[in-house]
Amino acid sequence: MKHFKGLAYPYVVWSFVLIALPLLLIVLYSVTRGDNSLITIHFTLDNFRKIGDPVYLDVFIKSFEIGLIVTGICLVLAYPMAYIISMFDDEVQGILILIVTIPMWINTLLRTYAWISLLSDNGLVSQLLGFFGIEVPEMMYTNFAVIIGLVCDLLPFMVIPIHTSLTKMDYSLVEAAKDLGANNLQTFKKVILKLSVPGIINGVTLVFLCSISSFVVPVLLGGRQYMLIGNLIENQFISIGNWNFGSAISMLLAIAILLIMSLMRRVDTEEKGAEE
Amino acid sequence: MKNKTIIELRDISKNFGEQQVLRGINLDIYENEFLTLLGPSGCGKTTILRIIAGFEEPSNGQVLFNGENIAKLPPYKREVNTVFQKYALFPFLNVRDNVAFGLKLKGLDDDIINQRVDKMLTMVGLKGYEKRDVTRLSGGQQQRVAIARALINEPKVLLLDEPLGALDAKLRKGMQIELKKIQKEVGITFVFVTHDQEEALSMSDTIVVINDGVIQQIGSPMDIYNEPEKRFVAEFIGESNIVEGNMIRDCLVKFDGIEWECVDKGFKPNEEIEAVLRPEDMDVVDADKAKLTGKIVSKVFMGVHYEYLVETKYRKYKVHTTESYDIGKKIGLTIDPYDIQVMHIS
Repeated sequence: MKHFKGLAYPYVVWSFVLIALPLLLIVLYSVTRGDNSLITIHFTLDNFRKIGDPVYLDVFIKSFEIGLIVTGICLVLAYPMAYIISMFDDEVQGILILIVTIPMWINTLLRTYAWISLLSDNGLVSQLLGFFGIEVPEMMYTNFAVIIGLVCDLLPFMVIPIHTSLTKMDYSLVEAAKDLGANNLQTFKKVILKLSVPGIINGVTLVFLCSISSFVVPVLLGGRQYMLIGNLIENQFISIGNWNFGSAISMLLAIAILLIMSLMRRVDTEEKGAEE
Repeated sequence: MKNKTIIELRDISKNFGEQQVLRGINLDIYENEFLTLLGPSGCGKTTILRIIAGFEEPSNGQVLFNGENIAKLPPYKREVNTVFQKYALFPFLNVRDNVAFGLKLKGLDDDIINQRVDKMLTMVGLKGYEKRDVTRLSGGQQQRVAIARALINEPKVLLLDEPLGALDAKLRKGMQIELKKIQKEVGITFVFVTHDQEEALSMSDTIVVINDGVIQQIGSPMDIYNEPEKRFVAEFIGESNIVEGNMIRDCLVKFDGIEWECVDKGFKPNEEIEAVLRPEDMDVVDADKAKLTGKIVSKVFMGVHYEYLVETKYRKYKVHTTESYDIGKKIGLTIDPYDIQVMHIS
């Protein structure tokens, strides 16, 4: 195998130029001032201090709120789905999982535009409910629209890991619980739920991270004024042109994501060795 | 004298789709006995166990527990507990909480639970292991936890599904003796599933030999070994020479052109039969002192004894003896009347 080591070098160069270098540049941008030239670089932490401004802090808080709500809804919807799917024969399970993942084959933009036509003032939902005489409040450009869009986007990322953990489960453990006197509900609470914790952790991590850094859905369903972290970064880079501040926000988001991931991993390993 | 029956299987059959795995099983299981379901893999022995445990519903027939039909009762309402083949310990609980699982479901006080867990772990020799992670225990230790976890619920019957299958030979022997000891100590019925005939012979009070979803023979280990009623039983358990012949009259059988005295009765005159001759029951004597003579054609040292193949006029016999003879030697073979087991042709 040693002989083929050389073949990895192009890949190393490739990943350096396209992944590591841009990241390093962002780090550099985040700790410097905007008036740099090639010769003089002015280091500063002002960019990070600026995030403490209530205007920007609110964006962070709102993003985390939306992220938590979306993750919660996804979990509540996905667990029963995954559980029911896992009870079918292998072949049927394959088909059902395919159906769950079909939306992922369609471009996010298209899916989001579909929501616009459903939720807008004269859209299908309000017309349909109006037909039954139900007055529908405005739905577009609200938290509700953003949350519903994100939930639809991210649901498969919750269903699949939970389904995997449920099907990987050693069924004799379920039988053992029943044998020891646990009825169906007790078996679920004391055994099945515990064994699916790794899947829940994976799903929660994925959905939460994707939703706090989401960008397209908030723009289209929340409107131009709707700001989540992703939109704030885009705003700083594209509209305002303050790359240094944009980089600082990106850095903070990246650090937050890394922290959450390591935290989730710790919960996961602790769960494995825990006593109840 | 046998105790009271605790479980009765009445005409149980079970189909999985097209495949019929059990056909008309009738079996009485008594209080306080060590009963072994013995048979090759796929014979249906595990399915019988799962029907008693409640994991499978029989397609037909009744499962009586103390006289009550429990065929449709879910597992958690039955007074039986199971030791699973791969132990099925809960990986997210430590030793103590695995053992305490059943008692916690009953909502007992922590004090009582602790006392009983303590007692159980002492019995299976795992005192001091309470806080250990079950996934880090050896196979033998996991096995003990599984036994303690089942017995702590004080079941009327303990079901064991090839529990020693995953252990190495030496550990297995030790566990066999220990299981038997535990059964005596707790004084309940054990129903043990295995494909290992030696295991079955050394541990059981009663052996049920099963093949192809049908019970072949039920009896004590001695009965099963010494008086097999069917060819399958004779071949499956121990080694045997099986020869065809006729029953001339009670206590006189003829095979290989020779009439032999035996102890079997109740056959029709001249009925065609098969006789089972265990290799260790065939005695080697001088050629002129026996009716049956032959020549040694092979010799293998087996540790305690030698195994010879003796070629006679009609067939080759397998013979076990501790004496050493040379290959090619002409010898005579004799069999004591009570060592000949005559079977109806099945």
